[in-house]
Formats: sequence, structure tokens, C-alpha cells
Amino acid sequence: MAYQINGHAVEHDEEGYITTLADWSKELAEAIAETENINMTDEHWAVVNFLRDYYEEYQIAPAVRVLIKAIKKEMGPEKGNNKYMYELFPYGPAKQACKIAGLPKPTGCV
Amino acid sequence: MSTLHTVNKSPFTNGSLLSCLKHCRPGDAILLIEDGVYGALKGSTVADAVCENLADVRLFLLGGDVRARGIEDEKILSQARTVEYDGYVDLVVEHDRTQSWL
Amino acid sequence: MSEVKKFLYVNRKAPYGTIYALESLEVVLIGAAFDQDVSLAFLDDGVFQLTRNQNTETIGVKNFSPTFRALGDYDVTKLYVERESLAERGLSESDLQEITYEDEDDDWAEKPSIRIVSRAEMADIMADQDVVLSF
Repeated sequence: MAYQINGHAVEHDEEGYITTLADWSKELAEAIAETENINMTDEHWAVVNFLRDYYEEYQIAPAVRVLIKAIKKEMGPEKGNNKYMYELFPYGPAKQACKIAGLPKPTGCV
Repeated sequence: MSTLHTVNKSPFTNGSLLSCLKHCRPGDAILLIEDGVYGALKGSTVADAVCENLADVRLFLLGGDVRARGIEDEKILSQARTVEYDGYVDLVVEHDRTQSWL
Repeated sequence: MSEVKKFLYVNRKAPYGTIYALESLEVVLIGAAFDQDVSLAFLDDGVFQLTRNQNTETIGVKNFSPTFRALGDYDVTKLYVERESLAERGLSESDLQEITYEDEDDDWAEKPSIRIVSRAEMADIMADQDVVLSF
């Protein structure tokens, strides 16, 4: 299974997570988002970029509560809450946002 | 408040028993299981270390593991007592927590 | 929510020779969701998990040492390291990476998570737990 980006095939697993982290690009993120019925706005990008930075630094995707706490600290309480996160990523910020960010499926639940 | 320590590795290939002995407190018990039972052999290179650290710490062996390895009674340190599975359960219940030294 | 229990994760294995160290860290991260009082103990070869400058590029396994620095985000802020275990291996605190957390109750001041303790103190810490999980 693969996403098609500019004539290149990017392999993904049965749930849509890409298999090689280095394959990620902005175009790929847009393509994955489309399969999730998400139209990437600046607000979506802020979360996706945060996840990628977090992974780069710590080698893990953060748990949802960690993500929300960090967004709250960085962007304020009106964005750092569950409701806002689920509005952006209706099927779960960890699951959908990580997939779009090209990260492995988060460890543990949600 | 006391701890049951279990050790399942031979002290001749692994430092778990010695480390366990150094972290025991008075009132604790050590139960040797699987290859850990070799730690109770008389006259071995670790026997002195075991005996020195056994003040106020009880030493138990799991009988099935001793018999499986053909270890005869006279080869076992006199301080060690043998228990069966029901005795293992009793030890777990008697102590506040169990710590496995892997 | 039931009462908070004290959980101690005991780490006694070096990081890459076996899977224990990585498994321990993953259990800690998953277990952090349960809001318990969590501490980590590093003794014997476990102290090697926290050394600086780990680079696993050529052995084809994931370098998980940076993940210890994320533990503060998961409210895991007590990493006890045994002084004797360090010394036996020719190491001292300066050989360990810096791990900090932000103290919510102290205006998010950055504080060290690693606490060097003696063997006797480590024994006391172990004896003070409700649950001890060994790796």
C-alpha cells in the first residue's frame, strides 16, 4: 500500500501510517489529510508541526494529554483543550495528527 | 513493612543475587527460584557473600526447582529453607510487596 | 479514582543488549496515564541507560535515550540513580544526560529529575513502595 506523491510511491501500513519517517513531506501530509477528510489549515499545521518537533526531540509521539498541555502552554487555553483538538482532528488528535505528521502510531491508548 | 525478594538467575552468570543481598532490609525474605537456587550451594564462591548478608533476612528455596536440578540436601546452605508452591504463595501474602531481581 | 499508589520501576539492565530497558520505558509512559505516584530506580547496569552521547545509527535500533527527557511531561519526575552502581562502572553524575522537569507548583521552574542516592537510600526507597516493577 502506498500514497502517490508527485509520481513517487510512499509506503504505508494497513492503517495509513507511513513506514519510513524520512519519506515525509508537506505534500505527503496534505495527501494523508485528504484521505482523512481533513482540509489542512494553519491551525492543523500548528499541531502537526508541534508533533514533529516533539518527536524529533524525544523520539516519541506525545500522549494526548501531554500534547494538549503543551499546546495550552504555547498557544493559550482556547486552543489547549480537548474540544478544540477534536474539532481539528475529529477521529482523535493522536491518531489522525500523528498519521498526517508521518509519525508512528502513538504508544498506548487514544 | 517487609519485602519478598525473588531471584531466578544463577549467581555465577548474573549479579542479581548479590545486588539483591545488598538491598535487603531486616525482616525481608529472599526466595530463590529457577536457576536462582544455585545461589544456595554450600562452599561456592558466593556462599560467603550470601551468609554474610543473611542477618535478619530469611532465605528460601523453591523445592521443585531444587529437585529438578538434582541438588541434594547436604549441598544446600543450612540457613536455607525449602518451600513448595503453596509456601511461595504464603510468602507473597506475608510480605507487603514482592520484588523480582531479573 | 481510587487512592494513589507508589509505583517504582527498577531498571538494572544496560540499554541495547536486551529489550528490558526499552520495555520498561514504554510501560512507564503508558502507565503514566493512571495518575499514580511513579518513581524510577536505576542501579547495576541500569545506570548505563542514562549516559550521554548514545548514538545507535550503525546498530539499527532506536536510540531511546532522548525519551527519558520527555518523562517530565508525563509527571514522572523522580529518577533515582545509585551512586555505588555508577562508581563500580567508573561513572559519575557528569556522565549522565541532564533530565529536568517543569514544576507546576513552583511557577514552572525547571528542576533536575535525576537524584543520586546511596545504596542504603535505594534500599529505603524500594521498601517505601506499594508496587515494585522490575526490568
